[in-house]
Amino acid sequence: MAGVLAVLEQRDGALKKVSHEVLTAAHGVAGGLGGSVEAILVAPPGVDTDSVGAFGAEKLFVVAHEEFKLYQPEPYATAVVERAKSGGYAAVVLAATAMGKDLGPRIAARLACPLAADVTAIEANGGIKVTRPLYAGKALSELSITSAPCVISLRPNVFTAKEHPQEAVVEVVAAPGGPDAEVRARTVEVKEPESARLDVSEAAVVVSGGRGLKESDGFKLIEDLVDAFGNAAVGASRAVVDAGWRPHSDQVGQTGKTVSPQLYFAIGISGAIQHLAGMRTSKVIVAINKDKDAPIFKVADYGIVGDLFEILPRLTEEVSKARGS
Amino acid sequence: MKVAVCIKRVPDTEARIKIGSDGKSIDETGVKFVLNPYDEYAVEEALKLKEQAGSGEVVIIALGSDASQETIRTALAMGADRGVLLKTDAVSLDPVANAQALAGELEGGAYDLILFGKLAVDDSSQAVGTMVAELLGMPSVSAISHLQIADGKGRAEREIEGGVEVVEFQLPAVLTAEKGLNEPRYPALRGIMLAKKKPLEVKDVEVGEGGVTMGALELPAPRAGGRILGEGPDAVPALIEALRTEVKVL
Ligand SMILES: Cc1cc2nc3c(=O)[nH]c(=O)nc-3n(C[C@H](O)[C@H](O)[C@H](O)COP(=O)(O)OP(=O)(O)OC[C@H]3O[C@@H](n4cnc5c(N)ncnc54)[C@H](O)[C@@H]3O)c2cc1C
Ligand SMILES: Nc1ncnc2c1ncn2[C@@H]1O[C@H](COP(=O)(O)O)[C@@H](O)[C@H]1O
Repeated sequence: MAGVLAVLEQRDGALKKVSHEVLTAAHGVAGGLGGSVEAILVAPPGVDTDSVGAFGAEKLFVVAHEEFKLYQPEPYATAVVERAKSGGYAAVVLAATAMGKDLGPRIAARLACPLAADVTAIEANGGIKVTRPLYAGKALSELSITSAPCVISLRPNVFTAKEHPQEAVVEVVAAPGGPDAEVRARTVEVKEPESARLDVSEAAVVVSGGRGLKESDGFKLIEDLVDAFGNAAVGASRAVVDAGWRPHSDQVGQTGKTVSPQLYFAIGISGAIQHLAGMRTSKVIVAINKDKDAPIFKVADYGIVGDLFEILPRLTEEVSKARGS
Repeated sequence: MKVAVCIKRVPDTEARIKIGSDGKSIDETGVKFVLNPYDEYAVEEALKLKEQAGSGEVVIIALGSDASQETIRTALAMGADRGVLLKTDAVSLDPVANAQALAGELEGGAYDLILFGKLAVDDSSQAVGTMVAELLGMPSVSAISHLQIADGKGRAEREIEGGVEVVEFQLPAVLTAEKGLNEPRYPALRGIMLAKKKPLEVKDVEVGEGGVTMGALELPAPRAGGRILGEGPDAVPALIEALRTEVKVL
């Protein structure tokens, strides 16, 4: 048992970027165990999987069905578990996305094997060790996995996807599987949000606003900065979500989303411990706050002290200029 | 409507975490413990469902040490009917082992719904509820922020990246609660008094070790933050320069 099964994910018919992170990490684990990577994709027909070989998989099992445009928990789990049983892998690796957080526990329960969820590092050297943040990131645990197989879900945006220099050819195998005959839970639709902005958990740049914006209209300034970046998303503190200024899907923190973007802005956010829990693994943090003693400055790489209503228009203008040139 | 709610005793989200002398667990001195915030949504939803149905029972189940009795009482004070403590000295680091212990108790309980929090804020596995569903062979929907139940069927919504999934399911089912599902009630004084007299059964259970062992628990390296670039809009060019040259995000 040295092989690794990478579980891939699609949206709107395209492979998700996070799947490249999963393949890269799976390749590292397989290398440390002396095995190879095989991948599985449960999806609607026609997903472009050309990149899968470049990220290190030797074989790709595709379970295709129209019904799998949307995540269908039970048949997805069945397909992965069947493959895991026939392949005898040491580990099943997937992303801790909305899908992976639901699918991972199902696979582990059905295989009666350990689950290490939302890991931020993996080390494989004969055995497997993982790092998992506990207590909302206030502590880091280093865990050894003592039985095989195991299921590991990876925190998105933490593992850097790396292509391999030599172009590998991936063998694509159509695998059996389809919707449940006897459906007990079925995803019937996905409602799209009103605005077509990126999700906080997926954007390279997150601009979060807090109570310092005074009212929900204040978020126009945040949206302007987001638009100036282009690849950015609006985030929010819980205070403004509870006030109804922003939807819960924007909330960053312990009872919101955990994000690890390249660049995180905390604007008019004090930096409560529950907010930090959701953003402290961001690569670069910028804080703008009128209170020079606000706790957010202790974790920020760069800070500007002052009135956000004066600073934001200037910042948006300069970002537009910098990106234009 | 018979509903079970699994709850966990966890450190308060405000708690400052210190590592214990064994280097593998936290130092609990001075740490306040609370009902896991997501489990509050699950308890509230169970109470609402029972109220809507006009009759039924809400049973609170916790796996943990004797100290969890206090946490169960909190849920009873909110209005639940009775509690069960599955007593063990140590829960497992492996969510599967804990799910197996809980499933053992829930099996054969003839519940219409079994509710969990989305995630326990201590181990943050976000797994136990969905695992219990699989172990019991029940349909489940995780991290729900909206729920409708009628005629033995349910419809739930869960947030995903850039959208909201709508899932239809049959009862009996397992659901895990996300923030936004409801506004949990505070236990009123009368509720707290009543809770003291409500039945709380304590059963000893064995929790399997699972397939995970703790090597070390550490505090994360502090971020080398704290560079104030200046005050007001005049500091903006310095920020743009830093983002462009030092961190290359622009
Ligand atoms: C169980 C639990 C879970 C929680 N989960 C979360 C969570 O997931 N996410 C989260 O964010 N919080 C969470 N919280 C809430 C958290 O404790 C804080 O209350 C919240 O983060 C505060 O939001 P804020 O920073 O927007 O508001 P405040 O703390 O009020 O801060 C506003 C900041 O804006 C600044 N400001 C005001 N005006 C201006 C101006 N004109 N220009 C510049 N700066 C200005 C002020 O100096 C201040 O620092 C949770 C709390 C609990 C108990
Ligand atoms: N020891 C426990 N006792 C009772 N319920 C638990 C326990 N651990 C986890 N749960 C439930 O499972 C949910 C998810 O926990 P976790 O998978 O540990 O993040 C929690 O919100 C609780 O509802």
